[in-house]
Amino acid sequence: MGLSALAPLWSSPGLLLVIALHPALSVPTHRDYCVLGAGPAGLQMAYFLQRAGRDYAVFERTQRPGSFFTRYPRHRKLISINKRYTGNANSEFNLRHDWNSLLSHDPRLLFRHYSRAYFPDAHDMVRYLGDFTDTLGLRVLYNTTITHVTLDKDQRAWNGHYFILTDQKGQVHQCSVLLVATGLSVPNQVDFPGSEYVEGYESVSVDPEDFVGQNVLILGRGNSAFETADNILGVTNFIHMLSRSRVRLSWATHYVGDLRAINNGLLDTYQLKSLDGLLESDLTDLAILKDSKGKFHVTLKFFLEEAGTNQSTDSITLPQDDNDNFAMRVPYDRVIRCLGWNFDFSIFNKSLRLNSGNAFGKKYPLIRASYESKGSRGLFVLGTASHSVDYRKSAGGFIHGFRYTARAVHRLLEHRHHGIAWPATELPITQLTSSIVRRVNEASGLYQMFGVLADVVLLKENATAFEYLEEFPLQMVAQLEMLTGRKAQHGLFVIIMEYGRNFSGPDKDVFFDNRSVGQTEDAWQSNFLHPVIYYYRHLPTEQEVRFRPAHWPLPRPTAIHHIVEDFLTDWTAPIGHILPLRRFLENCLDTDLRSFYAESCFLFALTRQKLPPFCQQGYLRMQGLVSTESLRQHRVESWLPRNHAATDSRLEDSSQQPGDHEPLDAPMAPGPLAQSLDSNKEEL
Amino acid sequence: MMSSGSSVFRVGISFAIVCIFYVPTIDSLPELSPQKYFSTLQPGKASLAYFCQADSPRTSVFLEELNEAVRPLQDYGISVAKVNCVKEETSRYCGKEKDLMKAYLFKGNILLREFPTDTLFDVNAIVAHVLFSEDVENARLYFFHCKLVLDLTQQCRSTLMEQPLTTLNIHLFIKIMKAPLLTEVADDPQQVSTVHLQLGLPLVFIVSQQATYEADRRTAEWVAWRLLGKAGVLLLLRDSLEVNIPQHANVVFKRAEKGVPMEFLVLHDVDLIISHVENNIHVEEIQEDEDDDVEGPDIDTQDDEVAETVYRDRKRKLPLELTVELTEETFNATVMASDNIVLFYVDWQAVSMAFLQSYIDVAIKLKGTSTMLLTRINCADWPDVCTKQNVTEFPFVKMYKKGKNPVSYTGMLGTEDLLKFIQLNRISYPVNITSIQEAEEYLSGELYKDLISYSSMSVLGLFSPNMTTAKEDFSEAGNYLKGYVITGIYSEEDVSLLSNKYAATLPALLLARHTEGKIESIPLASTHAQDVVQIITDALLETFPEITVENLPSYFRLQKPLLILFSDGSINPQYKNAILTLVKQKYLDSFTPCWLNLKNTPVGRGILQAYFDPLPPLPLLVLVNLHSGGQVFAFPSDQAIIEENLVLWLKKLEVGLENPITILPAQEWKPPLPAYDFLSMMDAATSQHDTEKVPKCMKETDVQENDKEQYEDKSAVRKEPIETLRIKHWNRSNWFKEAEKSFKCDKEL
Repeated sequence: MGLSALAPLWSSPGLLLVIALHPALSVPTHRDYCVLGAGPAGLQMAYFLQRAGRDYAVFERTQRPGSFFTRYPRHRKLISINKRYTGNANSEFNLRHDWNSLLSHDPRLLFRHYSRAYFPDAHDMVRYLGDFTDTLGLRVLYNTTITHVTLDKDQRAWNGHYFILTDQKGQVHQCSVLLVATGLSVPNQVDFPGSEYVEGYESVSVDPEDFVGQNVLILGRGNSAFETADNILGVTNFIHMLSRSRVRLSWATHYVGDLRAINNGLLDTYQLKSLDGLLESDLTDLAILKDSKGKFHVTLKFFLEEAGTNQSTDSITLPQDDNDNFAMRVPYDRVIRCLGWNFDFSIFNKSLRLNSGNAFGKKYPLIRASYESKGSRGLFVLGTASHSVDYRKSAGGFIHGFRYTARAVHRLLEHRHHGIAWPATELPITQLTSSIVRRVNEASGLYQMFGVLADVVLLKENATAFEYLEEFPLQMVAQLEMLTGRKAQHGLFVIIMEYGRNFSGPDKDVFFDNRSVGQTEDAWQSNFLHPVIYYYRHLPTEQEVRFRPAHWPLPRPTAIHHIVEDFLTDWTAPIGHILPLRRFLENCLDTDLRSFYAESCFLFALTRQKLPPFCQQGYLRMQGLVSTESLRQHRVESWLPRNHAATDSRLEDSSQQPGDHEPLDAPMAPGPLAQSLDSNKEEL
Repeated sequence: MMSSGSSVFRVGISFAIVCIFYVPTIDSLPELSPQKYFSTLQPGKASLAYFCQADSPRTSVFLEELNEAVRPLQDYGISVAKVNCVKEETSRYCGKEKDLMKAYLFKGNILLREFPTDTLFDVNAIVAHVLFSEDVENARLYFFHCKLVLDLTQQCRSTLMEQPLTTLNIHLFIKIMKAPLLTEVADDPQQVSTVHLQLGLPLVFIVSQQATYEADRRTAEWVAWRLLGKAGVLLLLRDSLEVNIPQHANVVFKRAEKGVPMEFLVLHDVDLIISHVENNIHVEEIQEDEDDDVEGPDIDTQDDEVAETVYRDRKRKLPLELTVELTEETFNATVMASDNIVLFYVDWQAVSMAFLQSYIDVAIKLKGTSTMLLTRINCADWPDVCTKQNVTEFPFVKMYKKGKNPVSYTGMLGTEDLLKFIQLNRISYPVNITSIQEAEEYLSGELYKDLISYSSMSVLGLFSPNMTTAKEDFSEAGNYLKGYVITGIYSEEDVSLLSNKYAATLPALLLARHTEGKIESIPLASTHAQDVVQIITDALLETFPEITVENLPSYFRLQKPLLILFSDGSINPQYKNAILTLVKQKYLDSFTPCWLNLKNTPVGRGILQAYFDPLPPLPLLVLVNLHSGGQVFAFPSDQAIIEENLVLWLKKLEVGLENPITILPAQEWKPPLPAYDFLSMMDAATSQHDTEKVPKCMKETDVQENDKEQYEDKSAVRKEPIETLRIKHWNRSNWFKEAEKSFKCDKEL
């Protein structure tokens, strides 16, 4: 086995070299699943693989999990909220406000048990990840640095090839599926003249004492830049912050990767003219000069080129020579680069085709919405490195987002390789409204990964029952049958959460008057995160998904419903939330989804040839809902105003119930002409 | 019987006066004898009769007036007759004195009202009194569209007259109702006129093309029904049209007012058409009475009876403390520590909360008497517990007993059935009976005296000691039925004593019916648990049960027509015997005979009202063919419910000589009301956005108004024109108007 598996590799000169260096090379160990990196995403995946009893191993470069957090963030404060109290007992709901925990069945492994701080210390994350690994007994191979990853074509392999991982000792690991959870580990550097004078976020001092009385220029305008600024705001002369585009505030963009309010002290001092300031310019046009006193001057690359190479630094033209009020005319004592991180492509052989080559593709590997690499089947990217799917949109680059996408990937794998269909609950149609209401009120995956993960309701024939699938990657909906092993022949609902289409953006005033929508008929104009339900008579095709209308997360549906945004994110109001949802579902399915007491079902059973689904699926199966005396009384009262015949004084029996009267005209009877969304609107 | 071609309208006062457009036309006042007169009365038809004795001078003046009233009353379907009270035929309607003769209004053979002749002083008074009694204030006028119903199995549609009941309004209403629902035209819409236009109602032309004719016609019919009484609807055939209408227009709206130009509209939604018409009528109404809430059922109004009643009851405090509320922390410990009934519910779900009330009622009834702990868990708070317990639909009840697998409760969600389930589960099933004496006590009901009120039947399985498999199967069946019926097992060596006594061949079931004091035996041909369950379930059915809300489903499952005797109170034993005799004689094998006690099941009255109009006196025997066709046949109420009559009637039924009194509607349960069509609103917003780019389309003032409603950042508005649509709290009609505006704009461009 070992020999035959290795044979094709001899043609690869890279491997020849590796093998030459490690003569003690042994037979590769095989694993179905190899996870690269014991960070949050790798551990999350390991958890699901472990629970499913799969053959897997996690490869970790250092001796403990979560090594990134031992150094980063440099100033040690996590900006992921650790909300320990919500006033709600629902553990699933509470995950909506717990941005640090990984998913597990063990309530002890919730982050709130590890820190009391709303913005916890990064050391607590290291401790948490260690406990998570140990408590669950996850199989992590520590001190194992994978130095090279390549492909080995083999017809017998699940994906037509094995992934061959070589570690620092020359040990070779053969994997059927490779799950890359290595995060973004390479600091992003911009190349311009003088960039050698710039200190990096990864190594700059975090001791404010080192900045006393200094003029500081920070390149970048993300959270690391502001975090760095915040730390030294009180001791510097001033801080200037320079970036290509204007600052993006997280509360305006609704993207947690943008500048969070906790870090924005510098915005305050800038706007209050306390010497600090923000500037926009393309870094690639700049040059930094070091003068004879060791101070740094900002100039343009253009001037540097004009001057030629033989000029002394002090004689090069500075912008202020032409333009004497140039903003950055003061010399700086330090220039710090906080420009984010890139994925480390270096260990992956070109045959894996992980890199797309374009600018964005340098930051993130190229993957599909199913998190599978576009270049090699069976390679999945998890965690921060998978954020290209929802960059600047949702939370897929952060723990509170990728813990759900890891689960989605695991479910896809369970179906692809083990024939286990995507988990689903089959329920009678009478439970449809409740099922959706329940999920939109508690589901954390939908809430955190809004616009990315979707719940899907697959209707059964004649819409008498349905299957409920949770947290499926929205963009893969066209391939749903193939990916989940479920059938979508009779129409489907897709349930997602959305912000208003035009609400989020760096330049948006998110506090404008009337920003919140309260009327159910205006629900489609809701701005804040709210549930949206798409109805399709047929599964959308790949073409339809690809060429969907601009700013739409999905192709144009047959019908759409917005549950009006709610200040409390509690969508259980009977009239405001549940009733309009029921009407929507009824009109899509062309049926009556109301609930009825047994007495009404009895009346219908004897006065009509057909029964509403609630009576069919409940009452006729001897599971009718019997009303109590008090409810019966309300029933009499509630239909009274709408039932004209009830006021007649000549009724034989004055105790007769109005609800029972003239069943054909009573309000509970189906309307003769209720027009449904299902009917052909296009006919006109 | 009235011909199906004539139209009927009904004045819906309690004993509705049903007036018929009487087909044969009689111009003069017929004179009849009482006997003759009563024989002409037809069910459901109204008739005014003047009972008189020979030629007194006062009456002849009245008779002239009455003669003149024949015609107008006939227009309303009311026949008029003069009845001569001759000596040979006495009738109680013939007054004793000559001066006190009266006129009577009958419907069928039921007397509705009597009129002293001096109140009917002239033709107008006669018509007015007959048509408008004081009850007309409370009356509703419906027009039943039976002309369109070719198939008797269909129910006639009805339209309610919304205007006040005045002679003029009724006249107009009927005139409109009698006009064709939908007319096809191929003429210039400008030239088309119908009765609607003459009566001041607008016309809506649905523009159709050959290719889409069928679909257009359906749409037009929809529209026509929805606009009935509000506008005339016509199908305009574009292909054979000589005049040009704008190419994209699919609806032409023509107002009744002269000189108002026709509107050519593009409306892609039936609702938009309706609202266009209604809004245009609406404007006039507002001028009259400033009331803008005169729409029909509102889609924001709760029409789910469970949700509505639970909501109305939300402030009543339930004695929830009688049940133990469980949490994630306490669940396992509690269900392990004692026998538990757990209600899994979600507190925002109406059905859950309705059932919670019954659950609390059970707790009240069991207070201090049961070892079973009643607990509940709110799955909206503790989803993990509920998921772990495999509960995915709500409400759900499970019973946890120590050392046993949890049992799901699958009975009615009500106090009685759940109480029965709990009580019967005090012991485990099947009960192991160990002596003949015990078996006899068991069969007589003595052994579980306190339980037999919850299970009208006790089942005893008799097996030889060596019938191991059969015994196991029976145990499985008994376990399956626990909580619903009492089961026991006897398989001692002396089992033959019992089998001989009850003439049973082993293995067998003995069924002890406690209410009847009968014990019968059934041999077990198959001992499969499933079959045993089926046998027992079938045996639980009675031959002539009192049908109730609770037990109908068990009988409904048999898929046979129901022969129901409606009784106001307990059933007359004679009737019962008559039916039971027929059962014995196998006349009723293809039916499910049962009776309904209106005192116990008041909803039965609603059923009768659906069957009969008017309601004859009780008891009533009805055959309801629920499962095929929905015909309802009534045993003639003037016949005694005795075997011979019943047999004869059944035979007539069999050969099809009986006509159904009604046919149950076969309508599917469609959405009761439309939903908000957000997709159209989004489309409308997009198209409005497009039209805004063209200044011609929107009036200056409109633009300014829209801007005023924007937030202050004007530059943002200019940059992001779509933002101009973020206008809050528009009511729906405004929305539609706005949408139409843009559609119209599209048209003009």
